[in-house]
Amino acid sequence: MSTATDMDKQLRVNPIECSGHGACAELLPEMISLDEWGYPLIDPRPVPPARRAVNGCPVLALQLGRKP
Amino acid sequence: MPLRRGESTASRSGPDGLPRLLPADTTRPEGLRGHLARHGFVPYRNDRLRLAGDLRAAGLTGRGGASFPVYRKLEAVTAVGGRPFVVANGAESEPASSKDASLMWLAPHLVLDGLQLAVEAVGAHEACLYVHDTEGGQLTSALQSALSERWSARIDRVPVRLAVAPPRFLAGQETAMVNLLNGGLALPTFAPPRVFERGVAGAPTLVQNVETLAHIGLIARYGADWFRRVGTRAEPGSMLSTINHADGSVRIIEAAIGTPLRSLLAADLGTDGIDGPAQAILAGGYHGTWIPAPRAAELTLDNAGLRPVGASVGAGVLAALPAAHCGLAETARVAHYLALESAGQCGPCLNGLPRIAKGLATLAGMRPPRQVRKDIERWAGLVAGRGACSHPDGSVRFVRSALTVFAAELRHHERGVCSATARRPFLPLPPATALSDEDWS
Repeated sequence: MSTATDMDKQLRVNPIECSGHGACAELLPEMISLDEWGYPLIDPRPVPPARRAVNGCPVLALQLGRKP
Repeated sequence: MPLRRGESTASRSGPDGLPRLLPADTTRPEGLRGHLARHGFVPYRNDRLRLAGDLRAAGLTGRGGASFPVYRKLEAVTAVGGRPFVVANGAESEPASSKDASLMWLAPHLVLDGLQLAVEAVGAHEACLYVHDTEGGQLTSALQSALSERWSARIDRVPVRLAVAPPRFLAGQETAMVNLLNGGLALPTFAPPRVFERGVAGAPTLVQNVETLAHIGLIARYGADWFRRVGTRAEPGSMLSTINHADGSVRIIEAAIGTPLRSLLAADLGTDGIDGPAQAILAGGYHGTWIPAPRAAELTLDNAGLRPVGASVGAGVLAALPAAHCGLAETARVAHYLALESAGQCGPCLNGLPRIAKGLATLAGMRPPRQVRKDIERWAGLVAGRGACSHPDGSVRFVRSALTVFAAELRHHERGVCSATARRPFLPLPPATALSDEDWS
């Protein structure tokens, strides 16, 4: 479930934990694409329903955090 | 005359001119007696906040490569609360740099004075000196003796542990270092928490480069105004630089920040960068930037001066590539090394750097397919900014500058001609035997 407060958050990936499963890109294709090696490329714009992709990452590498 | 303990140091006037950090006699290390005769006793403040104020007034920035204001790091660490830990980072991992090792060898006590002053300024109870075990252990044993001598003479207020960094390019990277000091491998971690928030043993950790600490040892004695007597207004003071000359010689010099590259590299650039033996200058080491020699002859050794060509002073590494050597071949050799030195933790770096290195090896050969350069540029875009540490970003900066600066040479290669006459490698790299794939401990 996305909430209003997700709008001021930004998706980012922990590049050490990420092993390129690609689940995030399947769950949130409008914001996440995969590079030629299968690792996520994330659209930096704050677009809402990201929770499902964050929760769907098998190794919990996709995070929703405050913008730096 | 050595000062007696407790005697005021405020009136002591600082040395005129340069060098400031290195002793006059650079043939042997300066012992404790010589050091005290030159600079007097460590000017402890017995007041935590005063040093940060002096460092702010002096405008001292970190000399490890990032040029971050030192007082802000001190303030950040103290603001976290708790009992901080301090690390003197002497793990200079750039193969073309030896200024930190030279400083620790020649003037160990100035570095160790600065470490004790930093410890006092943040209220730490513990500190560590983190170094590479170079010259067959000579440096570490000399530093251990210096530490023991200071402890017996009751100069140091806090004990300093010596820790040895593995011979890896990323060993001096802050999070990798903290990982090792906490009993892990010297591999970078993903921030946050940042090291200043939670570092060694979970304590807020202040990490300062050893040259930075030596400057602290001088500023605490001679003051901010003295420090600002050399350097530029925006970037005050002096800095050590490792100069890899075109004739193969290597010199460590202490220069005022803002010194023209033309005078540091007079033998390499000639008067205008055209009449000297160098074709290009590498500024900032293997995470740095290639600059064509004629352009370098117009620039100065400060971040403001180097910014127009996308370069920065970094840790003061300069290398002059002779015209007889192939810039593409040199870049390919270094890119291969950088790929091997990836910690291999982050997908884009792990996948991208070896491909970039292989592509560069193709460009260094004859008649490379046109697609190869495009591939390298695409991979560079996929690698930059996508790692836990700055290794991919720095490696890509180095490679991209090579593709620009050696563009004419690449056109020669595409026609089947290399303009280089010298075949032996020029830029220094560690022997392949030092690069065991497993050894990060």
